[in-house]
Amino acid sequence: MEKIICACGHSNPYGTKLCEKCGRPLTEEEKQNKVVDMRYDGTAIRSKTYNKSIIDKIWNFFSSVKVGISLIIITLIAASIGTLLPQEFYVKASDIEKGAYYADVYGTFGKIYYTLGLSDLYSSWWFQILVGMLAVSIIVASLDRGIPLYKSLKNQRVKRHESFMKRQRIVGEGQVTANAEETLDKVAKKMTEMRYSVRRDGSALLAEKGRFSRYGPYINHVGLIIFLGGVMLRLVPGFYVDESIWVREGETRAITGMDGYFIENKDFVLETHDNEAQGEQIKQGVNVVAKNFQTDITLYKQPKDAIPGDTENLEKVKDYSIRVNHPLKEDGFALYQMDYRLNELKKMKFDLINKESEKSLGTLEIDLTNPKKDYDLGNGSSVQILVYTPDFDGFENGEPQTKTSIPNNPAFLFKMTTPETPEGEVSFVEIMQPPLEPLGENQYRMKFAGAEMRDMSGITVRKDTTIPLLFVGGVIFMIGVVIGSYWNHRRLWLQIEPDGRVLMAAHVNKNMFSMKKDLDAVSAFAALPPYEDQLEKEEAGEESTDGGINEKEGDNTL
Amino acid sequence: MSLIDISGNLLFVAFIAYLVATLLFGGSIKQANATGNNTGKWGQLAIVVTIIGFLSQLGYFITRWIYTGHAPVSNMFEFTTAFGMFIVGAFILIYFIYRLTALGLVALPVALLIIAYASMFPKEVSPLVPSLQSYWLTIHVITAALGQSILAISAVAGLIYLLKAVDLTKPSKQRFWLEAVMYCLVIVIGFVTVTSTFGAMDYESSYNYVDKEGTTRKIIYNLPPIFGMNEYEVVEEHGMSPLVEMPALINAKKLTTVAWSLLVGSVLYLLIRLIARRRISAIFQPLVKRVNLQLLDEIGYRSVLIGFPVFSLGALIFAMIWAQIAWSRFWGWDPKEVWALITWLFYAAFLHLRLSKGWEGQKSAWLALIGFGIILFNLIAVNLILAGLHSYA
Repeated sequence: MEKIICACGHSNPYGTKLCEKCGRPLTEEEKQNKVVDMRYDGTAIRSKTYNKSIIDKIWNFFSSVKVGISLIIITLIAASIGTLLPQEFYVKASDIEKGAYYADVYGTFGKIYYTLGLSDLYSSWWFQILVGMLAVSIIVASLDRGIPLYKSLKNQRVKRHESFMKRQRIVGEGQVTANAEETLDKVAKKMTEMRYSVRRDGSALLAEKGRFSRYGPYINHVGLIIFLGGVMLRLVPGFYVDESIWVREGETRAITGMDGYFIENKDFVLETHDNEAQGEQIKQGVNVVAKNFQTDITLYKQPKDAIPGDTENLEKVKDYSIRVNHPLKEDGFALYQMDYRLNELKKMKFDLINKESEKSLGTLEIDLTNPKKDYDLGNGSSVQILVYTPDFDGFENGEPQTKTSIPNNPAFLFKMTTPETPEGEVSFVEIMQPPLEPLGENQYRMKFAGAEMRDMSGITVRKDTTIPLLFVGGVIFMIGVVIGSYWNHRRLWLQIEPDGRVLMAAHVNKNMFSMKKDLDAVSAFAALPPYEDQLEKEEAGEESTDGGINEKEGDNTL
Repeated sequence: MSLIDISGNLLFVAFIAYLVATLLFGGSIKQANATGNNTGKWGQLAIVVTIIGFLSQLGYFITRWIYTGHAPVSNMFEFTTAFGMFIVGAFILIYFIYRLTALGLVALPVALLIIAYASMFPKEVSPLVPSLQSYWLTIHVITAALGQSILAISAVAGLIYLLKAVDLTKPSKQRFWLEAVMYCLVIVIGFVTVTSTFGAMDYESSYNYVDKEGTTRKIIYNLPPIFGMNEYEVVEEHGMSPLVEMPALINAKKLTTVAWSLLVGSVLYLLIRLIARRRISAIFQPLVKRVNLQLLDEIGYRSVLIGFPVFSLGALIFAMIWAQIAWSRFWGWDPKEVWALITWLFYAAFLHLRLSKGWEGQKSAWLALIGFGIILFNLIAVNLILAGLHSYA
């Protein structure tokens, strides 16, 4: 593309609006404007310059702030729809029953909500594409504007053309009484005092403060992109582990997802506040408030050369009490106290008794997690467990079925052998139910003689290697947003023409209020001519007609 | 007198002080209208009383903190009261930057309404559940509330801006919506009036009902029932019987509260309209006719600029750090989390619209009001209607 040669002789890249060197307006549009658009200091913005190839079109689409804002608003509305009903991961129903759950609990609306996939909105392809487009928009828009803005601010000249000065929002013009050099010295002194950095070039002066704040938005966008990148990285295997395990008291088991580590649950503790129920608690019928959920554990590690699954020779790593808000951290993993189940059956005791005489031939104790096949009671009596279902759920084709492997509702098919019944009698025993005798009337039965309970801790195992990256993204975002919000970029141009006329112009990207305070201070100190706010003047005229500020562009700059 | 009583009294003093300061700010504006001086004697007195009120409320906050042993931001009453306090704090901060007394005339009544609203919730000290037992409770909640309060000041400036700028003499959408905002404020007064009236009478009616899981439960109404719970049966009833029975999905007790608030609020609104023979916005318009629109616009924008980073830090970053520690994941799409994200996205859109599309003045003022609406929605609706991990109250 051809360069634009300015009247001052400087050659500007195609698309430049204000000459990089002297600031003269280069386009017809800028020449018409009373106040120039200073958002990007008049540099050539790719998206505003090229619109021919398909790449230009895509680039322009994503760099458009209008598109960016639309994406934000669409994301916002979509996210809010997802809060109308609880999302699937908060619903306590199995995957197959979920549809029915929504229809049952929330009626027709629930059914529609579920059918449209809104009950799992945040992991839907379209929501993720939306966030992805937002990310692309952030990247493209930042590159599109950030780079030219940086170049332009870095190469600023002190001396600007009169046409540039007069098109700033704040302008001033007049004669000074003192001589030129003295006025410039005074201005320089005062501005330096107010922590501006002052540059001079002959009879021109540029005082500038807080330029870095212009980069704030771009810095915070970098932070956001790093953050979103970190979130994406979690999809890569190995970066992210999320498992839950149940560990019973007294049990030592391998930690799923954390190879080579074993956890022993020594004790689960549930404490409640010993306060008396008051007001609202009585109303809701809640009189206990949980105070502490805690699992005392020992963490073990396999020696380096051990075979996987070998639980012998475990090395103790540490003892720890895992509590809510106090996860155990080890080797990049964290173990959280997430759930518990009280009083799970651990062992059951049965007496083998004669039905008529009620005389016991002996007692057997069954470890429900690891039952033996044969229990020899001595004196020629023994009991065999033919079938064990930890969580009995009825019969199917005559076979007892188990729902889960957790002993919630243990049931046994026993074969009882006694000297009187050497052939053995078969009995099906379920808690709280009379025994079934499938092969005919028995002489003996198994009588329940007590159980041993224990608690169970639900532990969540997490490894999230992306956390440091997310943290860095968050920190960069905060730095960017703080410097972009709490500082502003102020500039004052001052030139004394050979005829003794003073030309003054000022620009600030936001917070005009503070800029005017600075200007008042320096004007009073150096006896500068009065300045005027060209936009305020414009509005004062408009106010009588519509009573407000109209939509306008170019007052504020990124 | 125990510490908790002192705490309650300090809150009461603060409430009265804000009330007095509101009147003084009104006086200062009348005076300013006469003399043209923006911060006359009335104005100075008003800000002094405001600061006394703020210090008193800070005293409430600290004594309650000492008494309960944790930052008093753990239930609806505590959090909402603190939110009101931070709004006053944010107002004082902005006041000392811009010295605009008109701001107090709206900021203080808003804070008063919020504190009055808060005091309708149970004030008992309740012990903390395990997930809340962390110093992150203090850090996250206070920073988030502070951010929201500073953002709220932009809505205050926006409201004043619109009160002045909107032409109330001829019908327009803006006139309608501005009056709708005023109507909402009256509804809050209605809620406070009806709740505290029946509260003072110790009104109670109790029913058994069947909830959506099919279990029978008991519920106590503190307002005369308009709507009945699903398959309700009277246990003890006073005054009136429910007019309509609601399905299990709807909490008829909360709906009754909403209905009473709307009813009483609307009656109040009509009375005001009948007595003043003007719109409420028109009653306030003369008070703000001297304010500088440019300055208000600047204040609105500035408070978003100050509040946005604080909000991002408190409601998103600190929230994520705590969620990672307590719940094992930094983000779980819990309704409160989602609405914090929505608030953040909304203000991000606000800033981009302002910077790049030049949405200033009236548009910006409306956006600020909508933003405050989202903040209130997150505070009220998300806690009370949408079920989630944050439903503590």
